[in-house]
Amino acid sequence: MQLDIRLPIGLLFSILGVVITVFGFITKGSDIYKSSLNININLWTGICLIVFGGFMLIMAMKAQAKNKTK
Amino acid sequence: MHGQINVGAIDYSIMVIYILFVLGIGFFLKRYMKSSKDFLESGRSIPAWITGLAFISTNLGALEVMGMGASGAKYGIATCHFYWVGAIPAMVFLGVFMMPFYYGSKARSVPEYLKLRFNEKTRGFNAISFAVMTIFASGISMYAMAKLMQILLGWDFNFSILMSAIIVLAYTFLGGLTSAIYNEVLQFFLIIAGFVPLVFLGLKDAGGWTGVQERLHAVATAQGFAPNAWTKSWTYMGSAHTNPMGVEWFGLIFGLGFVLSFGYWCTNFLVVQRAMAANSMSAARRTPLIGAIPKMFMPILVILPGMIAVALTYQSGVSGFTLKEADGVINYNNTIPLMLGHYLPSGVLGLGLTALMASFMSGMAGNVTAFNTVWTYDIYQSYIKPGQSDKHYLRMGQIATVFGTVVSMGAAYVAASFNNIMDFLQLIFAFVNAPLFATFLLGMFWKKASGNAAFIGLLSGTLGAAVHHGLTKPGLDAPMIKGGWLSLIHTYPSEMAQNFWTATFAFSICFIVTVLFSFIHKANKTDEELKGLVYSLTPKIKETNVPWYSQPATLGIIVCAAAVVLNLFFW
Repeated sequence: MQLDIRLPIGLLFSILGVVITVFGFITKGSDIYKSSLNININLWTGICLIVFGGFMLIMAMKAQAKNKTK
Repeated sequence: MHGQINVGAIDYSIMVIYILFVLGIGFFLKRYMKSSKDFLESGRSIPAWITGLAFISTNLGALEVMGMGASGAKYGIATCHFYWVGAIPAMVFLGVFMMPFYYGSKARSVPEYLKLRFNEKTRGFNAISFAVMTIFASGISMYAMAKLMQILLGWDFNFSILMSAIIVLAYTFLGGLTSAIYNEVLQFFLIIAGFVPLVFLGLKDAGGWTGVQERLHAVATAQGFAPNAWTKSWTYMGSAHTNPMGVEWFGLIFGLGFVLSFGYWCTNFLVVQRAMAANSMSAARRTPLIGAIPKMFMPILVILPGMIAVALTYQSGVSGFTLKEADGVINYNNTIPLMLGHYLPSGVLGLGLTALMASFMSGMAGNVTAFNTVWTYDIYQSYIKPGQSDKHYLRMGQIATVFGTVVSMGAAYVAASFNNIMDFLQLIFAFVNAPLFATFLLGMFWKKASGNAAFIGLLSGTLGAAVHHGLTKPGLDAPMIKGGWLSLIHTYPSEMAQNFWTATFAFSICFIVTVLFSFIHKANKTDEELKGLVYSLTPKIKETNVPWYSQPATLGIIVCAAAVVLNLFFW
């Protein structure tokens, strides 16, 4: 196939994950979390995004390595 | 409502990152667009899990994300019938029974299949009505998005239209169908990422699922229904007057479950095109089956937020936000954006808004890519300029992409100035799609169905739908656009009931007329010509290289069983 879609998905979600996690750290204890029931939802969502993005990247790289050995 | 959502720099950054990725994918794919097949059919090279996700994502546009949330609030869990009775069985049927003919016939589009199976007339009718509908559908998507951005973020309406058109045009022009499909997959994951935090916070606020159920009792009794009418999907379907949807089980199963859903999922080129882009017959057949698995659980993301919203806000003053307008009337349409603005803080809010934007844009892109294929192959190559080089048709496909987007923009402005256009379009859709399924069913499974009969059947089915709509009304004070424009012989308890019955009539008329005329006008194609197009004349496919657990039949049974379990669980 021409472009392994897991690559752009992995990249996008990792980048978004890092941005949101960092933002979550900066805004720790801020008033903006009043609406989200005092849960720092940015931190949690960010971490989940990084995990998902990383997983996609690993899958893409694995597939690439497999293609090369062929 | 403007000003309720505080959008920060971080939220805009997330949107910008997403847009850069979308355009990047388009630019990257550009170098592979060498022939019209690459551009309009993705060169039939995409694995099943990608086409499967694209299959459901292309439908996960404005209507589904915003509409299902609104219906969840208005009708409760019965809205899930659109998934568990509607979409799932139809998707299984498409994958197991119909896909072999679409993919195996080498037809490049749904109208082209009609030409191979029946005749030129039937194809022309379908191609033209489909092309017009896609343009309007994409225009309405554009309109809905611009309207939302205007309300939520205070963006200028014209700016939103122009921006979304340019982005969609850029990536579909560069990367064709492949680009559209890739972005649909991206959008699928974005919707999950943006909506899971929303559902999580909403559920927590309401005290979990049991909390939601308890609060919905008050919502139901206040409107004169049994306490658990919002949380039981089948218990109150015995009569149209005991459930908030106003439909009864027969209309639901036959009208929605059979005619409307099968008509939509099995004959609409917009979705079928995704499966046809798969890299093999087995991948094409697995496309709708793989799509059906996440589709089953979509109600958690799109319907549940609506139920939570109405549960929390029906008695005012509890949760700090309300669905009620200033005059006390509940406005269901903005349920999802209101929830996003209420629960999500800057950061995740950007993710949620990006997900909404992505769903609108890929809804548009899906229509544009289906339009350019039907235009290029079924109208231009067939009637305007046949016999040109492939380069010529590739160029035409690209021009059609630009042309389709520009006309969609026009349609968006028509929608903006004409209040009822959404209703009107849905009506036309029901008129055209419901009888079409009868044509396909007979075409694929009865070799005697003839070309002339199919055309007459399709026409009378469409007319029959219009007549039925003209003779009935949902409620006595409904406006003209809702029906009753000929004379009034019956009133339905709800619009939905009327809709389901219109579809049922259209299907039955098309079916009966096609059968009758097939005996008068004998089949115009020989058995040899129909090989690969009709069930009884096509050799059974043996998929020897696929393990038993990923055979279409096995997958189909698993998916159906899961849907039955869901229905029973929320009975």
